[in-house]
Amino acid sequence: MIKKKYILNFPPQSGDKAFTYHLVKDYDIRINILKAEVYPGKRGSLLLELHGKKDNIEKGVEYLNNHHISCEPIDKRIHLEEEKCIDCGNCTAVCFAGSLTMNKETWKLEFDKDKCIVCELCIPACPLNLFEIDFR
Amino acid sequence: MAIIKSYEEINQKLKSGEAVILTAEEVSKMALTASPEEIAEKVDVVTTATFGAMCSSGAIINFGHANPPIRMEKIRLNGVPCYEGLAAVDSYIGAAACNPDNPKYGGAHVIQDLLDGKDIELEAWAKGTDCYPRKHIRTKININTVNEFTLFNPRNAYQNYNVAVNTTKKMIHTYMGTLLPNLRNATYSTSGELSPLLNDPEFKTIGLGTRIFLGGTQGFVVWPGTQFHTTKPKNELGVPVTNAATIAVMGNLKEMSSEYLHAAYLDKYGVSLFVGIGIPIPILDVEMAKRVSINNSQIETSVLDYGTVGTPKLGQVTYEELQSGSIKIGNKNIRTAPVASLAKARKIANELKSCLQKGDFEISKPVQMFPKNTSLNGLKETEADND
Repeated sequence: MIKKKYILNFPPQSGDKAFTYHLVKDYDIRINILKAEVYPGKRGSLLLELHGKKDNIEKGVEYLNNHHISCEPIDKRIHLEEEKCIDCGNCTAVCFAGSLTMNKETWKLEFDKDKCIVCELCIPACPLNLFEIDFR
Repeated sequence: MAIIKSYEEINQKLKSGEAVILTAEEVSKMALTASPEEIAEKVDVVTTATFGAMCSSGAIINFGHANPPIRMEKIRLNGVPCYEGLAAVDSYIGAAACNPDNPKYGGAHVIQDLLDGKDIELEAWAKGTDCYPRKHIRTKININTVNEFTLFNPRNAYQNYNVAVNTTKKMIHTYMGTLLPNLRNATYSTSGELSPLLNDPEFKTIGLGTRIFLGGTQGFVVWPGTQFHTTKPKNELGVPVTNAATIAVMGNLKEMSSEYLHAAYLDKYGVSLFVGIGIPIPILDVEMAKRVSINNSQIETSVLDYGTVGTPKLGQVTYEELQSGSIKIGNKNIRTAPVASLAKARKIANELKSCLQKGDFEISKPVQMFPKNTSLNGLKETEADND
């Protein structure tokens, strides 16, 4: 069993279909919806945590892709220009999910993308504008 | 016998490579087992450092004269307004000034872009005079075309600073970063036991003319910083428990690096400049050894509510607690976060240590000590202005 977060993007024609239902019923995946922006007839974006057998999750992702829904692991959609980071800590102040933390020995920034819930507060909080999150 | 070392003796040891130099963090550890007398005997210099956003920063620039010449009366660098009330081609660009069309780009960014060797658009206007007939100029400048390019920061390196929290139900945006509602975070900005002015709280060795590490080169303390306050409340060790004294610093930007000087935009607040400062503290006597021995558990600061008018004090905590990741205010545990880089401050303290060890950095006796017993005036509003 594995647990992994994915960002799903629905094209306009798919926004009103119950794809998450099929993930549960057909692939035995436990889903946790962490963030959702659905505009019927326009587009939709979801942050899902998928919990299930590895091959079931792979099949579920393939099922979504076959229905024109992009489904990518969260870490592929979150970018931090680490080489420019000055380790000031401003982003850790707003990261209540505990994804961004300061290492207590080195006082360098640590980014555990698996903990990110795409609240996007780090984007404006970074004084150097080093974060980019591709959710929509 | 009392240990007393002179600046000359310490500089001699630095030149011959015999001096013992520790960072302020290293000496704090040493002090757990060594007495101030032993530290005074063994250690010659302690390096301190800070790397935080310091709005009261800026640069003096002389652009050089064009032909025909212009007496610049309105100046923009990449759209950022610069001060025009000096001689014809002299200007001062404040770190916090911003381009009205792009408020996230400001004086700090212009300074950093120049440091990084980029071209900057200079546009200036004038009425035209007999000796300066030109009325307008638009050209490109860079770090090599300007004459003087000097960092002059009227207030840096605050001796301690408050912890910021927010008791309201709304998120607020401040120079202390984004403060989540209902006390869900607390931010602090001082490097604690490594912080320069906390290691010499009585200014026995830091004064006018003190040679310092500034932005990657050697600079100087040139004056007490603005809002220099020596009579704020202190703990039993004589260390202020809130923001107190400051320093004004100067240095040659042409020798600096954006590794130690970095532009910042603080969301819904404005532009600022991260400034890297390191100050060597000579251990002249046992008293100075005692001062630099201070550790994070002995340095306290005040927790202020930035969400409430008048920023009321909610508590007092140590830097040991702040660096642990959580502080307790009343019955509530609050997650803490720094807004200044301790990693960079450590890098500066070690770089300064290395320069001292190589004999590349001479410690200097202040030519004049800072004033004592200073306090601040508020800004009074006269009756007429309140109409």
